[in-house]
Amino acid sequence: MATRVVLLVGTRKGCFILESDEARRDWDVRGPFCDGWPIYRAIHDADSGAIYASAASEWHGAGVWRSGDLGESWELSSEGLGYGEHGELRLSKVAGLMAAHGRLIAGAEAAGLFESRDGGVSWSLLSTLDGQPGRGKWNMPENQPPGHLGIAGLLPDPNDRDRFWAVVQGWGIFETTDNGRSWTPRNEGLRADWPLEDPRVNYCVHKLVMSPVDHDRLYQQNHCGMHRSDDAGRSWTEITEGLPSDFGFAAAAHPHDRDGFYVIPLDAGHGRCMPDGQAAVWRTQDGGSSWRKLTAGLPQRDAYLGVLREGLAIDDLDSPGLYFGTSTGQVFASSDEGETWSAAASYLPGIASVEVTVIH
Amino acid sequence: MADLHLPVTLPTVFADLPRRLDIEAATVDEAIDRLEERWPGLRDRLCEPGPALRRHVNVYVDRERAGLDTALRPDSRVDVISAISGG
Repeated sequence: MATRVVLLVGTRKGCFILESDEARRDWDVRGPFCDGWPIYRAIHDADSGAIYASAASEWHGAGVWRSGDLGESWELSSEGLGYGEHGELRLSKVAGLMAAHGRLIAGAEAAGLFESRDGGVSWSLLSTLDGQPGRGKWNMPENQPPGHLGIAGLLPDPNDRDRFWAVVQGWGIFETTDNGRSWTPRNEGLRADWPLEDPRVNYCVHKLVMSPVDHDRLYQQNHCGMHRSDDAGRSWTEITEGLPSDFGFAAAAHPHDRDGFYVIPLDAGHGRCMPDGQAAVWRTQDGGSSWRKLTAGLPQRDAYLGVLREGLAIDDLDSPGLYFGTSTGQVFASSDEGETWSAAASYLPGIASVEVTVIH
Repeated sequence: MADLHLPVTLPTVFADLPRRLDIEAATVDEAIDRLEERWPGLRDRLCEPGPALRRHVNVYVDRERAGLDTALRPDSRVDVISAISGG
């Protein structure tokens, strides 16, 4: 059977699916799906073959859309996605999403984790990280940025069902090794450009990724710099030197090389676009000791593009393909590890997330 | 039976949900219960904890702004409107 390379693109107006073959030159675009609901993140569960998309409608609340047939049909569920009628917390959106070890976990705002063991039909509350430093403050509106996402990032341990990492927006990384019963902050060595009341937390982690070939090797794009960990997040080392900015959202780890890592630096001010109107992805092949700017095929003038935290993805083919989606609706694709790029779609709604899956 | 009209944003989410249907209910809340029985999940699209209507969902009974506890007559017209919001 021919190899299919499928991009799941979450936008402000629904989910789109882009599909190509192993050459990754020509792309078919399908969508919009999910009835045009704003999609924060769309993922593919390799075990079941299903697509899941976390969404929040201005009118009709939050939920997770699912498709068991690669986008031909979709269903929405929010059953169990909530904190109850009389709880301390109110759920406004579902953001982070991960599929691993036969179950799904969704991260929500207000900050909490929900689990589904029936393929997204129903959900149950797994944890609100009670007792963790910052827990008493991070759900208070006066401590939140505009568009607060709650738990924006989730990272599974590929070998241990009960271990995973959750990113609380503006507060940092927390690790559990017992399926959410207890947690440990994992922010040692990170930098914050603001006063810290508790040095264990209050770090702004934008994107956390793991090397598929070395599960102790983590990388992150932070509000304050790019960072590497060689001990599964117990400590962090900044690797920003050589990049044009310490700010960005998106990040991706090379699938075959533990020292390979990609970021998209942005201007750190309110503009948050690629610097100097020149589109570029930056790559390190030595764990962050040096960086190279990758621009071939990307617009190099008047290109004020932004890429959000879930907007960069990499596939696991022998010559890995990279993909990023912009907040102005362009998808750029590379089939040669970022050396050369071309547009896969140019006129989608603003893009929040790009995920890639290879179906053999 | 009340004459219930739904916004265009709902039938695309629930299979076979019409834009207009007759419904037997004493209040708006009961009407939403009847919808939930036939289309599970629909209550969550209209209501949030409280319970209350969602911020951008407006209900009118006989052209008057209504809440969940507003009474319905057998000949009432109920309009569920997704408020103008977003772009």
